[in-house]
Amino acid sequence: MRQIAIYGKGGIGKSTTTQNTVAGLAYLGKKVMIVGCDPKADSTRLILHAKAQSTVMDLVRERGTVEDLELEDVLKVGYGDTKCVESGGPEPGVGCAGRGVITAINFLEENGAYTDDLDFVFYDVLGDVVCGGFAMPIREGKAEEIYIVCSGEMMAMYAANNIAKGILKYASSGKVRLGGLICNARKTDKEFELVSALAAKLSTQMIHFVPRDNQVQRAEMRRMTVIEYSPEHPQAQEYRTLAEKIQNNKMLVVPTPLEMEELEDLLMEYGIMEAEDETIVGKAENAA
Amino acid sequence: MSKKIDGITKESTQEMIDNALEIYPDKAKKKRVPHLAPNEGEGACVKSNRKTIPGVMSARGCAYAGAKGVVWGPIRDMVHVSHGPVGCGYYSWGTRRNLMSGINGVNQFAMQFTSDFQEKDIVYGGDKKLKTLLQEAKDLFPLAKGISVLSECPVGLIGDDINSVAKASAKELDIPIIPCNCEGFRGVSQSLGHHISNDTIRDYIIETREFPEPIGPYDIALIGEYNIGGDAWSTKPLLEECGFNVKSVWTGDGEMDKIAATHQVKLNVIHCYRSMNYMCKVMEEKYGIPWIELNFFGPTKIRNSLRKLAELFDDNIKEKVEAVIAKYDPLMQAVIDEYKPRLDGKKVMLYVGGLRPRHTVNAYEDLGMAVVGSGYEFAHGDDYERTSPEMPEATVIYDDITEYEFEQFADTLKPDLIGSGIKEKYLFQKMGIPFRQMHSWDYSGPYHGYLGFPTFARDVDMAINSPTWNLVKSPF
Ligand SMILES: Nc1ncnc2c1ncn2[C@@H]1O[C@H](COP(=O)(O)OP(=O)(O)OP(=O)(O)O)[C@@H](O)[C@H]1O
Ligand code: SF4
Ligand code: SF4
Ligand SMILES: [Mg+2]
Repeated sequence: MRQIAIYGKGGIGKSTTTQNTVAGLAYLGKKVMIVGCDPKADSTRLILHAKAQSTVMDLVRERGTVEDLELEDVLKVGYGDTKCVESGGPEPGVGCAGRGVITAINFLEENGAYTDDLDFVFYDVLGDVVCGGFAMPIREGKAEEIYIVCSGEMMAMYAANNIAKGILKYASSGKVRLGGLICNARKTDKEFELVSALAAKLSTQMIHFVPRDNQVQRAEMRRMTVIEYSPEHPQAQEYRTLAEKIQNNKMLVVPTPLEMEELEDLLMEYGIMEAEDETIVGKAENAA
Repeated sequence: MSKKIDGITKESTQEMIDNALEIYPDKAKKKRVPHLAPNEGEGACVKSNRKTIPGVMSARGCAYAGAKGVVWGPIRDMVHVSHGPVGCGYYSWGTRRNLMSGINGVNQFAMQFTSDFQEKDIVYGGDKKLKTLLQEAKDLFPLAKGISVLSECPVGLIGDDINSVAKASAKELDIPIIPCNCEGFRGVSQSLGHHISNDTIRDYIIETREFPEPIGPYDIALIGEYNIGGDAWSTKPLLEECGFNVKSVWTGDGEMDKIAATHQVKLNVIHCYRSMNYMCKVMEEKYGIPWIELNFFGPTKIRNSLRKLAELFDDNIKEKVEAVIAKYDPLMQAVIDEYKPRLDGKKVMLYVGGLRPRHTVNAYEDLGMAVVGSGYEFAHGDDYERTSPEMPEATVIYDDITEYEFEQFADTLKPDLIGSGIKEKYLFQKMGIPFRQMHSWDYSGPYHGYLGFPTFARDVDMAINSPTWNLVKSPF
């Protein structure tokens, strides 16, 4: 069983990419479980065709304690026999979502969700790694393989580099490794080259370049992955390719995150950022 | 400073300290060195109010403990909510033996109220639960004068907004609800919990009520008196006998409305300086109320304290005070005559909390005993400054002493009695050293005032001269 965690800047396309990739693996005959680690609980809806599924934490809240839950209550099966669980958690601004992730994963472990027939477990983790709770999936004995979803946008690359720093911390004390960057294209200039260059600097690879395509939204409207909605569509082929690449990936590295300056140099090299000119900092476009 | 103890010199004490520290790794030793010193007679001779070093056994508590156990818990007509997991407050049900009058559950609430956080409350936040709890508390106990909400660690960690819940519920339920952000992880000991609680009283309670009667010239408040084993029931009548009106006690057997009106008194008499000096200073600055720190342990200190207090008032008070002293002196002498022959020359080591490591020194001396070592769990520099003149020359002063150091010192000094807390009790009893639990008066009390001294003397005699110790053969 390979356990894989997907990280990346908020809104970059982690949940979409994860579910489509998992659908690709299922298409290849693999048994997969997705663990959504995000209180939004939108990590499995495309696989389950569900609007909102009952999450671990929702049921804990309803019934009192986690001991009152059974695995069947929260483990749902969707496209391609993929098992789906959502950790759930609070509305933004209250409580502790990180603890929700920890509680949910502990529950799954204690109740035998990690069965031997599984080929892959995917953790789809919310936005940036803000605290220990969101690093739960990469703690000892859990995901040892991480993919970072990013794009050629400056902030997405910053985030990718920061996540690499987090992985480095866990990699030095455990077995966690970076498997690659998944470029979820935003159609920015020289995006392919830039993300490839960042990957190289991080000592990893850009494992795949997923083009931006409105077919993703069309499938999403029916709460489906592109693979299930339109298996013949070129975008479906892209996700199958990504799935295959992940399946065959042997390049698992301890990342070498960049210093801020190095990262800015890289962005300048590709014209994403202008050379530092202190006189223009903080000046509006139309300012004299 | 003229008190001397045979065989104790600056050198002998320093040698004892050095030997005790020998076993530590360099880093730990370096950190502990400034917290242990021979008494120099003036100034603070040790460093204090620093983080406890990891790896040692400390007797300290947390900020929540300081808030719940010390400041808030004794206020008898309020409901005090331990907000967070149930564990923090499990044993906080009046266990400091802060006694209360009134009828439990009707107009007195010495019980454990907790929001009993579960995993789901951590994840989803506990604000809604708190709101429900406040409603239930009001429904169940309509005579409660107010509710305090005392935050435990997790509440602060997950960022619950208890202040706004308290505000909204206070309005809705028409009862004062006081949020106290005293999470245990704040500060280095329970001391910060006292400070935070004082600030909370300043922000939410003081000046919100007035005394129904007109204010008189002898209206005072007794601050930092927690009625341990009934102490306030000794000190309050004593002050009244001297002609004062004790309008409110903070917070032993305390009443919310009286505490809230304390800004009207003429003088604050403070007993436990550490836990309540903050509010004395606030009342001095804001309402011009002077304050005086007094000591009600043992006849010598009581006499001095009452005279110091009388100095601030007119002849009427001075006469009454002299009459009181004249009345009690023979009674106290009778106590001394009875116990001193059995206690003379006995040595004591103390390690307690807010005021006792210095305030009780003279009470032992009244009985012919000597305190040969003293220290505090959570004191600050100003406490140690006040301690030096009370202690005999070159005796050891220890701050946040570790169990190991304490054991070593006791081994060297061979005291006849140790006065400390429940955490130390069994260690020393196993060493065959008589022990009194001096936080809670060991199921006894009161020890304050003239009423307390005979009890104190009896208990000390009972501990030291119990024949039990001769029957026990320590295997060590
Ligand atoms: N390759 C793509 N082409 C077109 N649209 C895409 C593509 N990838 C993602 N999207 C769209 O971007 C939106 C955000 O994606 P998604 O919810 O997967 O992001 P996320 O990284 O999981 O966000 P969050 O951090 O909030 O969990 C979705 O509405 C999805 O339709
Ligand atoms: S930062 Fe993390 S641990 Fe802290 S409250 Fe938020 S989710 Fe919980
Ligand atoms: S330190 Fe925190 S968790 Fe521990 S008792 Fe104090 S408030 Fe409770
Ligand atoms: Mg997502």
